[in-house]
Amino acid sequence: MLLIPCPWCGPRDEAEFHYGGQAHVPYPEDPAALTDEEWARYLFFRDNPKGPFAERWSHAAGCRRWFNAVRDTATNEVLTVYRPGEDRPATTERRRVADGPLGVTSAPRPVTSQAGAARPDSEEGAPPGPKRGAVGAALGAAEGAESLPAGTGTGAGGAEFSGGSAAGQPFRHPTRGRIRRDQPLTFTFDGIEYQGYRGDTLASALLANGVIRAGTSIKLGRPRGIFSAGVEEPNALVQIEAPFPEPMLPATTVELYEGLVATSLPGQGRLAAEPDPARYDAVHAHCDLLVVGAGPAGLAAAAAAASSGARVIVADDRPEPGGSLLGTGELLDWVAETGQKLAAAPEVRVLRRTTVFGHYDDNHLLAVERRTNHLGAQAPEHVSRERVWRIRARHVVLATGAHERSLAFADNDRPGVMLAASARAHVNRHGVLPGRHAVVFTTNDSAYAAAVDLAEAGVEIAAIVDTRSEPGRWADRARAAGIEVLPGHSVIGTEGGERLTAVTVAPYGESAPRREFAVDLLLVSGGWNPVAHLFSQAGGKLRYDDTLGSFVPGTCRQAVEAAGGANGTLDLAGALAEGAAAGARAIEAAGYTAAELRLPDVTAVPPSPPMHVFLVPGEAGAPRFVDLQRDVTVDDLARATRAGLRSVEHTKRYTTAGTANDQGKTSGVLSSGIVAELLGVDISALGTTTFRPPYTPVSFAALAGRDRGRLLDPVRVTALHQWHVDHGALFENVGQWKRPWYYPQGGEDMDAAVLRECRAAREGVAFMDASTLGKIEVQGPDAGVFLDRLYTNMMSTLKVGMIRYGVMCRPDGMVFDDGTVIRLAPDRFLATTTTGNAAAVLDWMEEWLQTEWPELRVHCTSVTEQWATVALVGPRSREVLAELAPTLAVDNDSFPFMAWRDTTVAGIEARVCRISFSGELAYEINVSPWEAPALWEALYEAGRPHGITPYGTETMHVLRAEKGYPIVGQDTDGTVTPQDLGMSWVVSKKKPDFVGKRSFARADTVRPDRKHLVGLLPEDPGTLLPEGTHLVTDSVLPAPPVPMLGHVTSSYRSAALGRTFALALVKGGRDRVGERLYAPVGDRMVPVTVAGPVLYDPEGARRDG
Amino acid sequence: MADAVPPVPRRSPLAHMADRLACVGRDTGGALEVAEVPMLAQISVRLDPKGAAADAVGLVLGLRLPVEPDTAVHAGNLTALWLGPDEWLVLGPPGSRQDLESRIREAGGDEFVSVVDVSAQRTTLLVAGPRARDLLAHGCSLDLHPLAFPAGRCAQTTLARAQVVLVAPDGPGAGFRVLVRSSFAGYLTDWLLDASTEWRA
Repeated sequence: MLLIPCPWCGPRDEAEFHYGGQAHVPYPEDPAALTDEEWARYLFFRDNPKGPFAERWSHAAGCRRWFNAVRDTATNEVLTVYRPGEDRPATTERRRVADGPLGVTSAPRPVTSQAGAARPDSEEGAPPGPKRGAVGAALGAAEGAESLPAGTGTGAGGAEFSGGSAAGQPFRHPTRGRIRRDQPLTFTFDGIEYQGYRGDTLASALLANGVIRAGTSIKLGRPRGIFSAGVEEPNALVQIEAPFPEPMLPATTVELYEGLVATSLPGQGRLAAEPDPARYDAVHAHCDLLVVGAGPAGLAAAAAAASSGARVIVADDRPEPGGSLLGTGELLDWVAETGQKLAAAPEVRVLRRTTVFGHYDDNHLLAVERRTNHLGAQAPEHVSRERVWRIRARHVVLATGAHERSLAFADNDRPGVMLAASARAHVNRHGVLPGRHAVVFTTNDSAYAAAVDLAEAGVEIAAIVDTRSEPGRWADRARAAGIEVLPGHSVIGTEGGERLTAVTVAPYGESAPRREFAVDLLLVSGGWNPVAHLFSQAGGKLRYDDTLGSFVPGTCRQAVEAAGGANGTLDLAGALAEGAAAGARAIEAAGYTAAELRLPDVTAVPPSPPMHVFLVPGEAGAPRFVDLQRDVTVDDLARATRAGLRSVEHTKRYTTAGTANDQGKTSGVLSSGIVAELLGVDISALGTTTFRPPYTPVSFAALAGRDRGRLLDPVRVTALHQWHVDHGALFENVGQWKRPWYYPQGGEDMDAAVLRECRAAREGVAFMDASTLGKIEVQGPDAGVFLDRLYTNMMSTLKVGMIRYGVMCRPDGMVFDDGTVIRLAPDRFLATTTTGNAAAVLDWMEEWLQTEWPELRVHCTSVTEQWATVALVGPRSREVLAELAPTLAVDNDSFPFMAWRDTTVAGIEARVCRISFSGELAYEINVSPWEAPALWEALYEAGRPHGITPYGTETMHVLRAEKGYPIVGQDTDGTVTPQDLGMSWVVSKKKPDFVGKRSFARADTVRPDRKHLVGLLPEDPGTLLPEGTHLVTDSVLPAPPVPMLGHVTSSYRSAALGRTFALALVKGGRDRVGERLYAPVGDRMVPVTVAGPVLYDPEGARRDG
Repeated sequence: MADAVPPVPRRSPLAHMADRLACVGRDTGGALEVAEVPMLAQISVRLDPKGAAADAVGLVLGLRLPVEPDTAVHAGNLTALWLGPDEWLVLGPPGSRQDLESRIREAGGDEFVSVVDVSAQRTTLLVAGPRARDLLAHGCSLDLHPLAFPAGRCAQTTLARAQVVLVAPDGPGAGFRVLVRSSFAGYLTDWLLDASTEWRA
């Protein structure tokens, strides 16, 4: 959502504005002097540059002023704004909006230098607390390492395991994790009941029960297991069945609750068949600093800003802050302490379970907060289940961390293959061992910390297989912990069905000598991808970091910077420092002073550089998966490159790699790396595919929020609405208005009701609520001149007390709107518009006044709802009016057609207009809407002896169509001139110019074969033509293309004519009166006769009663 | 005038929802109060703020028409809201519209001044209580923090899907005034009632 600075009101959301096209295209001084070509150039030709472009905008939902803006069409940045009549300022500099209370800057800020940012992982593997002695000793002390039985993958044999772990949860560690062991939960997966704890995810609870298989792959039907511990999960997408069905949720992000029922999926879920009973909503929020992610960098950024008084929002997608620290078990005291500090700061808001999923223009970010999902059936009904946060931030710190990526080795998809840091997170967050016996396969240091941690927790680490020939200091530590390290080796194959059973290892790049390990877990680390999705969405450019072997944030025109893992800074001390600095910079730019922040001490093992590996040679014929969710393999990518595709955007579309629900979080960079290798180019030259919102899937329900059902769109009603409801009206939507359509009585169908209502209006008296017509007061000494320029006919000659019908056209000569204009005083007019065009006509008037004719002394004010209008129609209407308005002379001479009078009707101040949209004697009575119900009741009472009948829009349409009165928008479609409608009489010949006049002399508008509005009489008087029916000349359809003569615009049954009839736009229609044409309706050719448009009372004899 | 005519009954746009609005305070334990303030006098005034009429109109109203965008001036029982660089909405107590309109028109004299009674064009909702700002934030993209939208500010903007004129609380404990087109008032009230459900005690 762009923020557009109104020159008066300051920056407001783009949605408040209305676009007015290219600026500085003035209305020609003398259109009549222009050639057709010059005029067409003015009408139809506009510039379309890439880059700065001056355009007109109106602050339509605000101060209604038109102004000019220079917008960069490539970036959408609004570079400057200025008032009409002012010259376009130079825009070499980007705009800088003052940092006033309402101001939010979009000024660019330099992003911190990336130098030295890309450091390989070197985080300390040890949890806080007493320093361990030899890791080996700790490992030896870990209980149950040998006695815990192996899982089967499906957990089917779970009951046979005991091994000292929690009852029924054989893979539960007795002490580790942040789960609430005092709150056991029962859940069901694939029909089997299990136990877990509050604090588990569905994935961790399944792992605790020995279930790792959580799905079946979509194309190949291969068993797939839990692969990660977070949003990047490509495999374990499950269907939640109860309490409310929801498809395709990553089991790694679903918090466990009592009674959860889920099933595994064959790669695709099912939408719920019943409506979602939950509430959803949205909220707008504003802040000086938004920190996305509450890991080490994010918490440090927030802590640096917290006590400054700046308004800070911290959003994190997990139930508790800590980010990667929860997974590694480090600095948890600092996390808790910082969390408390943030909670206590008055202007800091911490949003948990909140995923920031979109980063848009002018630092507008959307986030979804999952508020009650984790409560299951206990979720309170009155609290919204999910909430969309629409956050406008002056500065954004992206501390979104990094995702570990996998490697493309043979059979790398078996259940039991898991990202190394994710396995560690399952142990430390949830106290769950993802397996018993593991091989670790890595290209970098980070997996060593995981291996050591898992070993300590009781997982037997059979070997660490490192592609690097010199793994460095971490290898020494692992060996000291009793773990075998195989440098310069790789995994060349795996075995297993429901669960991994064996891993085959060989020297890197070779197939022998081989070693086979019988393990149920293979931990993989192919390096780290900074989560740069939001940075990229914000318009930031990514750059390849050669040390890290991945893409990191580069520069961005928005006030955003990345810190920590998201910036490629994977070491803990570096991430903390970077976060704190970014937070301080952001609030200082917003005018606050950052407090001195003491960051916790972190000791690190000296790092060794990672090796950049994507493709791992393996056994021939075994698939090497790149995108697990889409079942895309290295062979698929090779097919794409062999087919000549040279861009990752193209290989993505060709193979579907990266297009699944997970949007390639674990596979994207891997795909790029492999395609680069296949093409023999450098990955830095190839880049990544584009990141687009949303970062993770967001439910439509959340996006819809409160705007559904009754609140989907505003329902506008008149002051008389309740009466219509009480009297059984059916309603028609006209724009956002509810208008009575017809009032069926005693089981009448629509036809019967409308015929009855029409008869009452033609033979007795009827009344309708016409309050929805737009009404605009036009005041000022130049009001007459102004209206003369906008209407096709002359308005300035109208006498006070009188009314004139008028038509407005666009400059191209096409009908835009019509209505009556009444002159209240020499300098006051009241113009009415069609119901649907009220706002557009007012905008239109303001645009001309403010941008083209600022010299005219005219003000326009909407009074649509200041007046309620009742149309009183029919030969007996005069009697009814006379009874209620005793002081009003109602005879035809005193109160002629197209006159208006101020009077009282039923004791109510009223303005009565003698106008008719039916051809009958008729009045429109305008009163205050506060008194409209009283007026309506009085008319109903006074009219009762005359059989007064309420009628709706359908009857109104029939009555006017019988008289050939067009309805703008129904009988016109933006390609119809007044002349086409047979209304040349409404186009002034005297006025030197008015909007549209020049176009009436264009060759196109004087063509004899233009479509004219005519009447149509079906030969069979009972046949009703569907509106929209085409018209042709012959009774037999020729071979296509069939020449079309036109189409039916309105079609009704007429009580007055005793037959059906229609209005139609027909080529050269006025010259065809009397001709027979054919209307193909289904497989019938309905013969019709062309008639003039006025079918009832063509002499106008009934108008005066 | 004729003999004593019984007064014509009047109905405000939200009269039929008064009972439901009255429940909000009770249901939310006082976190929110929402009520219609019906039939205020509302006069649209258009004039050149630099011309003589601005002073003359200010004089009869006993206040200075605000020239800073999006600000409101209160004086006695009158309020003038800035709606545009040459446009104000003058609010007065119920029953004062004719008097107010004619006084302003007279003060305008022969100057180019437009005065239109728009009392029924919009109705007014009072949204008060400790959660008023949070409630409005569900549907209003403006920053309503007291630092950004303090007493004395007003704004034409969008609340939910309706255009409104929003007037900041006069002081601590006072509510926001939301002026909404009468035809949208029912929709907006439905929306406010739905949004207030969140704070049901």
